[in-house]
Amino acid sequence: MAMRVLVGCKRVIDYAVKIRVKPDKTGVVTEGVKHSLNPFDEIAVEEAVRLKEKKLASEVIAVSCGPPPCQETLRTALAMGVDRGIHVEIGGKDYETLQPIHVSKILAKLAQEEKVDLIILGKQAIDDDANQTAQMTAAVLDWPQGVFASKIEKMDGTLKIQREVDGGVEYVEAKLPAVISSDLRLNEPRYATLPNIMKAKKKQIAKKSISDLGVDITPRVEVLTVEDPPVREAGAKVESVEELLTKLKDLGRI
Amino acid sequence: MLVGLLGRNNMTLTKIIFNKVQLSLRGTVRLLATVPESSKAPGRVHGGYNFELTDEQKEYQALSRKFAREEVIPVARHYDETGEYPVEILKKAWKLGLMNHGIPEKYGGAGLSHLGGCLITEELAYGCTGIATAMEANNLGQAPVILAGNEEQKKKYLTRLVEEPLMCAYCVTEPGAGSDVAGIKTKVEKKGDRWILNGQKMWITNGGKANWYFVLARSNPDPKCPANKSLTAFIVDADLPGVSVGRKEQNMGQRTSDTRGVVFEDVEVPNENVLLGEGAGFKIAMGAFDKTRPPVAAGATGLAQRALDEATKYSLERKTFGKFISEHQAVQFMLAEMTIGVETSRLAYLRAAWEIDQGRRNTYWASIAKALASDVANKCATDAVQIFGGNGFNCDYPVEKLMRDAKIYQIYEGTSQIQRVIISREHLKKFKEIV
Repeated sequence: MAMRVLVGCKRVIDYAVKIRVKPDKTGVVTEGVKHSLNPFDEIAVEEAVRLKEKKLASEVIAVSCGPPPCQETLRTALAMGVDRGIHVEIGGKDYETLQPIHVSKILAKLAQEEKVDLIILGKQAIDDDANQTAQMTAAVLDWPQGVFASKIEKMDGTLKIQREVDGGVEYVEAKLPAVISSDLRLNEPRYATLPNIMKAKKKQIAKKSISDLGVDITPRVEVLTVEDPPVREAGAKVESVEELLTKLKDLGRI
Repeated sequence: MLVGLLGRNNMTLTKIIFNKVQLSLRGTVRLLATVPESSKAPGRVHGGYNFELTDEQKEYQALSRKFAREEVIPVARHYDETGEYPVEILKKAWKLGLMNHGIPEKYGGAGLSHLGGCLITEELAYGCTGIATAMEANNLGQAPVILAGNEEQKKKYLTRLVEEPLMCAYCVTEPGAGSDVAGIKTKVEKKGDRWILNGQKMWITNGGKANWYFVLARSNPDPKCPANKSLTAFIVDADLPGVSVGRKEQNMGQRTSDTRGVVFEDVEVPNENVLLGEGAGFKIAMGAFDKTRPPVAAGATGLAQRALDEATKYSLERKTFGKFISEHQAVQFMLAEMTIGVETSRLAYLRAAWEIDQGRRNTYWASIAKALASDVANKCATDAVQIFGGNGFNCDYPVEKLMRDAKIYQIYEGTSQIQRVIISREHLKKFKEIV
């Protein structure tokens, strides 16, 4: 009973780029800046493709929400082995105020339309570090969730998920259909091969609009300002443990 | 990333720079340089030249870039020091389809355009030109077969390269004849349905690792017979009795590349391995160069870009006379000249590759690109060492390797002098046609 898998692919500013705050403090500079597939989503795609190679998944569909360049993000996923992509076109102001709460509803709707058995998302996006979408999607669908997954095993009708939590490692068994969010050690994503990059050209990317899906994306959060973190101050050297304790007390830290 | 490294502990300045120069080039530096951000509104197409790459080209350029940063750069120094053949890297590149990309789809290859192939070569050369040359020699060996092979030859000798990570080599140069291809002495005599090959080739890249060789030999011993009738081209299986390879040569640079002498002693080559026919060899060999010079120019550009990036990084970290050296005009001017060289070399090889993709003879463009890029690579490498100062001369820093690796670009694939012979000949020919 091979699963149908949906994978989330968020287009984020590339991890290696130095982030700069816009002079008007309304956000960060994105114009002309290199973007790529969110690293945790890349791990999610890799996991889905591996499930397909093990014949545990029959079809893998990648979804990306945002402006037209999201199609490049989907092409990266297609080049890794995903079967087809869905681009939910959202632009301008709507995109700036898009939050996990909205995305989770979009993914839930798509999962139902596509009759999906498993949703794999990255645990968080490296731009907002929200770590909410997977949990919210599971809640909207009322599906079990296994987040921060570092290993997934298919059992009979369920998934055994190894999760990395603060206290160590936890095992959860979830009945299908389920939602999983990928953590760093789930796998090491492959390079797309040249033949697969060429093949990805022929794979289909369907376009959907918010109205097609009937999801409400009214903003729920208002960004007041975006500022640089404070510049790191110089440290001070101390001669002994006693001096350290005195200094900390003086600063009111202990 | 960089701030974290700086703030760490009591590392000496040199070590910090060393670490950063080694580590932070992965993925960071050139990301914004040559891959245009397509989130910009599509430009108005005015017709004429187009400097935009296709989406697929951008993708596999990015793949090659990633591979170079993450797989090649970390091991390049090791292979340079030991001189061992980079088998593991070649296998990885082969698996990703980064090798043999020019083989037509019919025979299992990616059938990439020449321009596309050059993009890959530049990125890999950025990582290590020794490793890139080992891969590029495959393209050089295959080129005559793709150009002039018949159906059986292509099927037999190209398909195997796609099915297994095998190498091939291009055997034309001899101890006594390099630039003067017409002066080669390796001879071949027809005996029944076989050709008996005797002679010695030298400086053959992948000489000791090839599964088969493209060999040029003299089939007509008459000294009055012109070159374009007296030489014949063959595909020679490396395991034929009589084929032997010399020791791996110790070279100044690109040391991981396998360069050897190859000796043919009464080797019996079947008639079906003749390319095109008796006497067609010279034309095939020269035709292959038009296709292989642009990627060699691309490789030289990759090295030049690496030299520029390393020098720029260093200049933003090293201080002298109270300022970062990047703030001193002498250094700025050196970086500017390096940049001029890199950008123009790139345009040159892209044009040369594009011409051949249009189905036109590109000899003029290919020679210009190769001549320019090889000189630029050497200048950039030398200047990079200069910018690094004393550190540049030291093996713990990456630039001395670039300088050693760059030199061969002015020699192989047609020396800088031969390129100038070709360019002036083509130029005068063109000029005489219009005046």
